[in-house]
Amino acid sequence: MTSIQAEEEIVKTMEDKRKKEQSLFRKLIKNRLAAFGLIVIFLLIITAIFAPLIATHDPNTMDVTKALLGVGEQGYLLGTDNFGRDIFSRIVYGSRISLIVGIAAVLFGAVIGSLLGVAAGYFGGKLDSVIMRFMDGLFAFPFILLAITLMTVLGQGLINVIIAIGIANVPGFARVVRGQVLGVKESEFIEVTRSLGAKHRRIIFQHVLPNSLAPIIVYATMSVAGAIISEAALSFLGLGVQPPTASWGSILKDGKDFLVLNPNMATFSGLSILITVLSINLFGDGLRDALDPKMKV
Amino acid sequence: MSDMLLKVENLEVQFRSGSTLTKAVNGVSFSLNRKENIGIVGESGSGKSVTATSLLRLIPDPPGKITGGKIIFEDKDLLKLSDKAMRKIRGNEISMIFQDPSTSLNPVYTVGNQIVESIETHQHLNRKEAKEKAVHMLELVGIPEARKRFSMYPHEFSGGMRQRVMIAIALACNPKLLIADEPTTALDVTVQAQILNLMKDLQHSIDTSIIMITHDLGVIWESCDKVLVMYAGNVVESGTVQEIHDNPLHPYTWGLLDSQITESVSSEEELSTIPGSPPDLSLDISGCPFAARCPFAEEICLEKTPEMIEAAEGHFTACHFQTKEHRLDRKEAKVDDRSNIKS
Repeated sequence: MTSIQAEEEIVKTMEDKRKKEQSLFRKLIKNRLAAFGLIVIFLLIITAIFAPLIATHDPNTMDVTKALLGVGEQGYLLGTDNFGRDIFSRIVYGSRISLIVGIAAVLFGAVIGSLLGVAAGYFGGKLDSVIMRFMDGLFAFPFILLAITLMTVLGQGLINVIIAIGIANVPGFARVVRGQVLGVKESEFIEVTRSLGAKHRRIIFQHVLPNSLAPIIVYATMSVAGAIISEAALSFLGLGVQPPTASWGSILKDGKDFLVLNPNMATFSGLSILITVLSINLFGDGLRDALDPKMKV
Repeated sequence: MSDMLLKVENLEVQFRSGSTLTKAVNGVSFSLNRKENIGIVGESGSGKSVTATSLLRLIPDPPGKITGGKIIFEDKDLLKLSDKAMRKIRGNEISMIFQDPSTSLNPVYTVGNQIVESIETHQHLNRKEAKEKAVHMLELVGIPEARKRFSMYPHEFSGGMRQRVMIAIALACNPKLLIADEPTTALDVTVQAQILNLMKDLQHSIDTSIIMITHDLGVIWESCDKVLVMYAGNVVESGTVQEIHDNPLHPYTWGLLDSQITESVSSEEELSTIPGSPPDLSLDISGCPFAARCPFAEEICLEKTPEMIEAAEGHFTACHFQTKEHRLDRKEAKVDDRSNIKS
């Protein structure tokens, strides 16, 4: 039977092709900027996890006799701040706060925003209007102002920072997801699934959401960068994590009073924010290109 | 249990967009016995797909709405069932195959997964049994190396193979009725015959009725027992395949038959068409909807809507001039006699 042989051959070439097919990771690595971003993010995560091993001093031990030292003086890699705390160690520990807030707040916003967005887009009608007008209301506040308001209401603390930035992230996700769902729900395979008697829940979570995932992932990546900046901004304004805990924003805030005496404090904490946010954005750009089939060259 | 599987009475479907109301289906009636196949033909926009999708109550609402009629499936009126009861019918007792197999499968899951999903929705099988059944279904629809193909993604299948998968999904729960909405339109000509033969073979093995929607009369002659010719949301002619094939009565059916490309048409000859286009269904049509394009139309056609009458035994048509007493001469259809009608 030649047709069966031909079919067998097709199956075989398919399997070969699958092996050769460029994985998402490879596509990402090909993009140099994205690769750079990925490496920095990777290093950052390592730093955050192994902070106690990497830090050269305790980040919170004060020694006023050694305040405001310059770079490399007396074994302090990046000098000390106005209380004599090691800036390098504080920045190392600060990466934990930035990452935790960045990721947790975005997860919070993504989960709630996606659920709202998917409900609005999938069911449409009045539910859509109610949810989206509420989201528009939230959108009308400038992002940072909304976070500040929420922080004032909730009070300081790491969890509250996460909740505040998370809530500020909700409308963005709701909008992105709704837009995506509106497109996907018209696909023929959704109609097929309906014609097979599937429930709404099954259609939403098994068919609509997985097919809307790519833009959500990209938007989430970019949002992590935004959330890190927001955390820094809140800490800078004194609304973030409690003072002794090192955060890039609070180091920057302390540093702004000593810009002339010791610019290291502000410079290095600011640089950390800059590099981190830049890397995440570069990575996010690369991810979008890699995930978007229309960008295939 | 009676032999009647499905009875549709005066089905009406309307679509509302803004202030315009489009009457997509206007009082369609037909009935179908067990193991019987019915074909619905008509050009684009004649309401055949809408009729089919309303049987499963899958018309998107809004904008669409089934505004009247009855759909009796076995003993239940589908239009009166709760959503939950309707879900139990979909895919289990009535399944549907769609036109374009390239978009009918979810790209993010393997085909096996999608068959398993359909099985799990309606049957109480565990994962392993469902998988076995899915592989069996793939074998049944003629997919070689079914076990390997089970874990492949839709993009790794050709169009014909994908349509086979769709058939496997639709038939996985042994439905009593299969609605095939132009199942071969998007396929290669060489593959079309294979798919039709497959459907025929499977019909014998699982005892299902088929509603075949198509604009290809050849498909109807091949695979159906009864035919419904639709035009502008109305049934204009219905009867057995034999009758319609040998003795078509409605001028629109003649137009469809003449538009077919047969071997006897030489390459120099101009292909025959039905001049004009179907009426805008959002406007109120008085009289026969086909009047504006009909070569036999007279004043009465514009004024009075023709009723469906039994013009020959078991053969119904809606035309003022096709009655038991009076017949039109089909040969005159070729003559352009529309000078007395303003379209």
